[in-house]
Amino acid sequence: MTPLLQVRNLRIEFPTRHGTLVAVDDISFNIAAGEVLGVVGESGAGKSLTGAAVIGLLEPPGCIAGGEISLNGRRIDNLPFEDMRKIRGREIGAIFQDPLTSLNPLYTIGRQITETIETHLDLTPAQARARAIELLQEVGIPAAEARIDHYPHQFSGGMRQRVVISLALAANPKLIIADEPTTALDVSIQAQIITLLKKLGREHGTAVMLITHDMGVIAETADRVAVMYAGRIAEIGPVAEVINHPQHPYTIGLMGAIPTVGEQNERLAQIDGAMPRLTAIPGGCAFNPRCTRVGDVSGNRCTTERPELLPAGNTRAACWLHATHKITAPA
Amino acid sequence: MSDRETLLDVNNVAMAFDVSKPWLNRVIEGQGRQILKAVDGVSFTINRGETLSLVGESGCGKSTMARLICGLYAPSRGSIKFDGVDMATAGSGELQQLRKRFQMIFQDPYASLNPRWRVGKIIAEPIRSHNLAPNRSALKKRVDELLTQVGLSPLDAEKFPHEFSGGQRQRISIARALSSNPEFLVCDEPTSALDVSVQAQILNLMKDLQREFGLTYLFISHNLAVVSHISTRVGVMYLGRVVEIADTRRIFSMPLHPYTQMLQSAIPDLKMTGKQRIPVAGEVPNPLNPPTGCAFHPRCPHAFARCKTERPEMLAHDAGGQVACHAVEEKRIPIRLMA
Repeated sequence: MTPLLQVRNLRIEFPTRHGTLVAVDDISFNIAAGEVLGVVGESGAGKSLTGAAVIGLLEPPGCIAGGEISLNGRRIDNLPFEDMRKIRGREIGAIFQDPLTSLNPLYTIGRQITETIETHLDLTPAQARARAIELLQEVGIPAAEARIDHYPHQFSGGMRQRVVISLALAANPKLIIADEPTTALDVSIQAQIITLLKKLGREHGTAVMLITHDMGVIAETADRVAVMYAGRIAEIGPVAEVINHPQHPYTIGLMGAIPTVGEQNERLAQIDGAMPRLTAIPGGCAFNPRCTRVGDVSGNRCTTERPELLPAGNTRAACWLHATHKITAPA
Repeated sequence: MSDRETLLDVNNVAMAFDVSKPWLNRVIEGQGRQILKAVDGVSFTINRGETLSLVGESGCGKSTMARLICGLYAPSRGSIKFDGVDMATAGSGELQQLRKRFQMIFQDPYASLNPRWRVGKIIAEPIRSHNLAPNRSALKKRVDELLTQVGLSPLDAEKFPHEFSGGQRQRISIARALSSNPEFLVCDEPTSALDVSVQAQILNLMKDLQREFGLTYLFISHNLAVVSHISTRVGVMYLGRVVEIADTRRIFSMPLHPYTQMLQSAIPDLKMTGKQRIPVAGEVPNPLNPPTGCAFHPRCPHAFARCKTERPEMLAHDAGGQVACHAVEEKRIPIRLMA
């Protein structure tokens, strides 16, 4: 069975005066129908660019310099603008971080939702409005019949994000790209939105590519997770495995660095240094200057040869340690 | 000095902002003045050497509290005493002496460093303004020492802020805050703009510095996991009031106030234990028009008539700490023990 979304050897480049920056370097992953894939990483890891490439909204001068993106077996990364426009919204929906900037402040939310519905589905204005009200009720907006004629500024942050979700769902897409959908929200609202995303994904059978820096959100929502580092996938696998038995030294460090409620007064594990700049990505494994396990790999393979995703435990990790033996995750 | 000694005493502090429209609009539209009570009657103390955290959602007044304590705002009511001296009534000479003893670290390391100053000058400024170094070479030596303490190199003093990453900039902010040898640091969301691995570095650094210099922290954050990691006591704020304050262990193992319970169950669960969430309902009301009585009553599953009319006071609880809730006082809430 072909996966819903197939990304093969995707490479995103930014040509600049000082040479070409490779922001996303040869990554491959699949998303099955109805699956939630979490993409996690720190700022600059290339996770948002990957999402933007899938939906065809890469901002120039960024461009796809290699690889393929296929949706339902159809290649979409080289489509003309107008064809991509039809796919966007109809087959791939999008939810962005800031609900205030992703809604047009000059139009009522009803007009924005019906516009999307009428563009993609063959419905009369009255039917579209009825469907919009239905959608708003589904995402939990009280008094939807009245609220549909309100402007974005009349909604609170959490309510606005609900409107954006209803907009993404308007044409019943197969896939939703959710880029940091809960980052701008308070914890109690974040919990509401996570619950809503999970419920809607299940009910509509929509696959979700959930991009976030928050491992907690991934743990609550995703089926599988891809951990990105410096434009590459460091580790990918089922969410419980990656969180409880991480195999890549970066993932192990990342999991140790997250404070958890109840484990008080212990020192957090820390990864020294910072993510390399795009102008100075180290040779071999991009993580090697910060990795404590470089010495455990024979020869200087970590600094000279880039590791592929290798089977490691129940996940796959791009680390040479797994070419020879397994490393043990901290308890 | 015993380590349980009170360093900061905040007593019934309130801060109201006038957010009215201009006079002419008020006359034409027939509206009165609008007063936003950002902080409304908050009392707590901080002991020497401890870390008190204030947590809450946006708009609960936690940052205003930080600014009040630093003297960036004058409170509309109540008093703030630092080491026994009331900051509102202290003379200017006395205040200058006090100022040296507390410093602030801000959230955004991009906005809080002057982009046109070299790092050395940024760090030296508090030393200069408090006349803490006798001459240039002593100043230079002190700056080098501070840079080393926060994990940077003395060579970095010649660079500009844009040459550093977010985490390194936050280290510069910490070095600047430490430069006047303060006893007390007010940290307003110091790691919120940072990535998790960098956040871990900064939190570890803050803990190391606290141990080394016996610092006292007021830590403001919305992230409960960070707060549980760094603090000795936690105060939970809601709409300008502290609703519960207690030892970190107690507040996370046995939250009493319904709002604390709700906040805690809203934290995404990394261990994937599939814990039962308390359904989170509603949103923070508009602070311009807060609910009567207990401000949390419209969202509270345990609210009853008294909550709508009478504002609950902070009362000591048998389990430790204080909590402002009628239902807790009347023992109507089942105690939830968290793992």
